[in-house]
Amino acid sequence: MTLSDETRLEMYWMMLLSRRLDERAWVLHRQGKIAFHISGIGQEAAQVGAAYALRRGYDWVAPYYRDLALMLCLGYEPREFMLSLMGKREEPSSGGRQMPSHWSLRRANVVSHSAVVATQCSHATGIGLAIKMRREDKVVLASLGEGSTSQGEWYEAVNWAAVHQLPVIFLVENNQYAISVPVEKQMAVPSAADRACGLGLRGVAVDGSDVFAVHQAFTEAVELARSGKGPTLIEAKMYRITPHSSDDDDRTYRSREEVEEHKKRDPLLVNRRILERDGLLTASRLEEMESRAKKMVDEAVQYAEQAPYPAAEEAAYPVYAEEVRHD
Amino acid sequence: MARITMREAISQALWEEMERDPRVFILGEEVGVWGGTYAVTKGFYDHFGPERVRDTPIAEAAIIGAAIGAALTGLRPVAELMTINFAFSAMDHIVNQAAKLHYMFGGQMILPLVIRAVGGGGRQLGATHSQTPDAIFAHFPGLKVVAPGTPADAKGMLKAAIRSQDPVLFIEHATLYQTRGEVPEGDYIVPLGKSTIQREGRHVTIVTYSKMLEISTKAADQLAKEGIEAEIVDLRSLRPLDMGPVLESFKKTNRAVIVEEGWKSYGVGAEVASRIYEEAFDYVDAPIKRVAQAEVPLPYNRTLEQMALPQVEDVIKAVKEVL
Repeated sequence: MTLSDETRLEMYWMMLLSRRLDERAWVLHRQGKIAFHISGIGQEAAQVGAAYALRRGYDWVAPYYRDLALMLCLGYEPREFMLSLMGKREEPSSGGRQMPSHWSLRRANVVSHSAVVATQCSHATGIGLAIKMRREDKVVLASLGEGSTSQGEWYEAVNWAAVHQLPVIFLVENNQYAISVPVEKQMAVPSAADRACGLGLRGVAVDGSDVFAVHQAFTEAVELARSGKGPTLIEAKMYRITPHSSDDDDRTYRSREEVEEHKKRDPLLVNRRILERDGLLTASRLEEMESRAKKMVDEAVQYAEQAPYPAAEEAAYPVYAEEVRHD
Repeated sequence: MARITMREAISQALWEEMERDPRVFILGEEVGVWGGTYAVTKGFYDHFGPERVRDTPIAEAAIIGAAIGAALTGLRPVAELMTINFAFSAMDHIVNQAAKLHYMFGGQMILPLVIRAVGGGGRQLGATHSQTPDAIFAHFPGLKVVAPGTPADAKGMLKAAIRSQDPVLFIEHATLYQTRGEVPEGDYIVPLGKSTIQREGRHVTIVTYSKMLEISTKAADQLAKEGIEAEIVDLRSLRPLDMGPVLESFKKTNRAVIVEEGWKSYGVGAEVASRIYEEAFDYVDAPIKRVAQAEVPLPYNRTLEQMALPQVEDVIKAVKEVL
């Protein structure tokens, strides 16, 4: 699939918007205005590249908590992200019941996951099963960190998808760290994509800082999945630029020099250069994007700050879909 | 009304629901070609085909996880766990996912999922194959946990479970499959979350469910010969727990024995007794007694196993202690 110039610029815009929202979340946390933030800074290119290969709103997505850029591509609004950080009532994922960044968005076929990593992979396998049973041409994207590929659960889900040739694409966002544990303590193979060969599905490793390279890899995988040719595992290699979450101080386990070195491959920088090289992104266009992003973030924060919290009694429901008495 | 076994009743409910609703499908280990470890789905594979009666890899977490995924898209999976003991391998999906997704989605999606699991001891299958961990699952809001004690209830409640909008853990006792009883034919539904008085009496209330209904009934038969009339309340559902008939009966008899197959500590009996004390304290004429499994991993040897499981004599003794 050839991307139009406008689409390529739009992809950069999604990355930029995600970055600015994410950065503001850190500020809000340091200001004491929100309780928790978990960041996707450094991972935007892989997420946007993947999202643009999907039929958004038609295909299913079982994301993980660093997928802010992916969610924005699926139509999640900046103000909805801010509502979620602040635990406000009209937040669409759960009305303040679920942690921030544990997305769910019925209107975009996005299902919620728990804080227990890799569980979304089995859900994706089940969704793939349902798609196949219904003879639909949808696909499922399940995303996860490289640390999650150590979970037994992950093997169960991927094995099953491979055995039954289900239309699932597993996106491993290999950001080199599972909280503080580096990738070499997580796996004995050099690449998470290598894990695929023992499970009998295609495994592809791609530069996760290049949004167009990821998009290309995904387009092929989606096409195969849609035409009944089964699952693919795509590993996007990247670097987690921020600490794990707002509760983590990464200075205790990695040097500042290491982080600075990796910032040279910051996806915003990498893709800006690609677009500048192709004569698409001019200084004035970039400036316009930056000011648009700032305005959108400001408005989102302002909106969310004024939005009401849930009433205390709302904690009691909806535990069941049907009426259930406890007496 | 036909007199059929519990196995036939469960099988009938599944068959009828699959005929009625194309969204219903079965997945689990050995459910297809082999017909299920306890032969509940025998003949299903040939009739409904490999897609709707799906043999899965040996991967309990993925079985329940995939069933959750399929349910989120609007299908109605009935996942079979070969035994409830294997539910521990799928614990995260049962208690962290199935029980919580509706809430964590803020009600955006429903999870119409049934997990059928074979529970209970008495078949000399050893400690990790014979447990009755029902109370553990009933602890979690968001799940419905049911365990029928008669073939009629098994049929009616399984049909209700499949039609429920919420995830249901449906526990079938391993030693009840051959139990026979009258079962209404056709579309017979028993609502979930309703306990019932199975036998009337005026001297003591026995609260029980599942296999222990059979043990308690035998105890009541013997007690009747001595002029002691026991009233038996079958809980049928552990969550939601319907205390109505329990309290109604207790207010009449003022004495209660609770009989469960699981361990006593933190168990069903503890919950029911607390509720009686909280809600009917003025009616209490004697301390409430609990009959339960000895606090040991269930042994293999038949004599040892039977020693550890609640017996008819244990129920009779407890009843006499509260009178």
